[in-house]
Amino acid sequence: MINPTEYLPKSYHTRISTYWWLTRWAYLKFILREASSVFVAWIVVLTLLQIRALTDGPAEYAELQKWLQSPLLLALNAVSFFFVVFHAVTWFNLAPKAMAIRVRGKRLPGLAIAAPNYVAWAAISAAVAWILLRG
Amino acid sequence: MANRITLEVTRYHPAHDEKPRLEAYEVPLRKEWVVLDALNYIKDHLDGSLSFRWSCRMGVCGSCGMTVNGVPKLTCATFLSDYAPGPVRVEPMKNFPVLRDLIVDTSDFLLKLAKSKPWIIRKVEKPLDEEYFQTPTQLDAYKQFSMCINCMLCYAACQVYGLDPLFSGPAAIALAQRYNLDSRDQGAGERLDILSHHEGIWGCTFVGECTKVCPNNVDPAGAIQQYKLTATMEWVKSFVLPRGAK
Repeated sequence: MINPTEYLPKSYHTRISTYWWLTRWAYLKFILREASSVFVAWIVVLTLLQIRALTDGPAEYAELQKWLQSPLLLALNAVSFFFVVFHAVTWFNLAPKAMAIRVRGKRLPGLAIAAPNYVAWAAISAAVAWILLRG
Repeated sequence: MANRITLEVTRYHPAHDEKPRLEAYEVPLRKEWVVLDALNYIKDHLDGSLSFRWSCRMGVCGSCGMTVNGVPKLTCATFLSDYAPGPVRVEPMKNFPVLRDLIVDTSDFLLKLAKSKPWIIRKVEKPLDEEYFQTPTQLDAYKQFSMCINCMLCYAACQVYGLDPLFSGPAAIALAQRYNLDSRDQGAGERLDILSHHEGIWGCTFVGECTKVCPNNVDPAGAIQQYKLTATMEWVKSFVLPRGAK
């Protein structure tokens, strides 16, 4: 039996729509950021496939390259590239939130934490580009 | 500037209504008026049965949180003229059960707040005639999180809390972190046991809206991510260090 002295008001409970993430740009950006992980995983699989083809020999690598030139794969990789960049940028921008580093009692500004990430990204990309493009 | 503006206000009477409905009221549009002034005008001049919470009128008490045009706001700090020519939609805070009109049931938040032990925990108390000294630098470490006024706008903005009511939520975790970072406190271990689980810090997916709506710049999203980092370090330490060395 319900205790008659207990305060049990009737109340109205709202339900969040399944499509809540379409109601605001900030929410959609969050969902895109989370979904970008799928494309990051695809790039990892692709890299593993490339390494396997490389170790198998020139014929296998040429075959993989031919497969990668199909319109479907080109489109998938173009979309994946966009999402991987989006993933990296949003990750670097959020990093200062998670890291409260104090130097001589003062908290480092967000830029001081995000900037080294960007610099490292640019330096590693430049190094990879140099290795691949030097001929 | 037109001298009147329309407010669309949620009305819900638990005894008569199946679900909330909107009712429109026309109120004077004055430059110095905030949404709360308009609600008080409605209560005083148009419909005395309109129910809403408010107290200090200056962003200190955290009672007048509502949804204004879809965004969680303190109505005492939200100017009507920013919404001209209107209409302005005023609804109760999202993610909480509505008791009547613009009043929500906040019991769930209060239970969660108490669970995160937002007070100073000491293993050994000093005698009453001794003080706990704190330098300005030590104060600065937690001051931002201590600015929370329990207005619950962060809960209204949090989609994780909306979808999973078991989630501890932004303010309760930010306040736990406020005491964890306090040099006088020794209860970080106790709080970690309570908050380092799926319904605690790990439930947060970092949408970041809690920080955007916070009227006092507390940054609960930042507090949760920093807490995640601390919890991970403690987890690593429990493997690396011998038992009891934490």
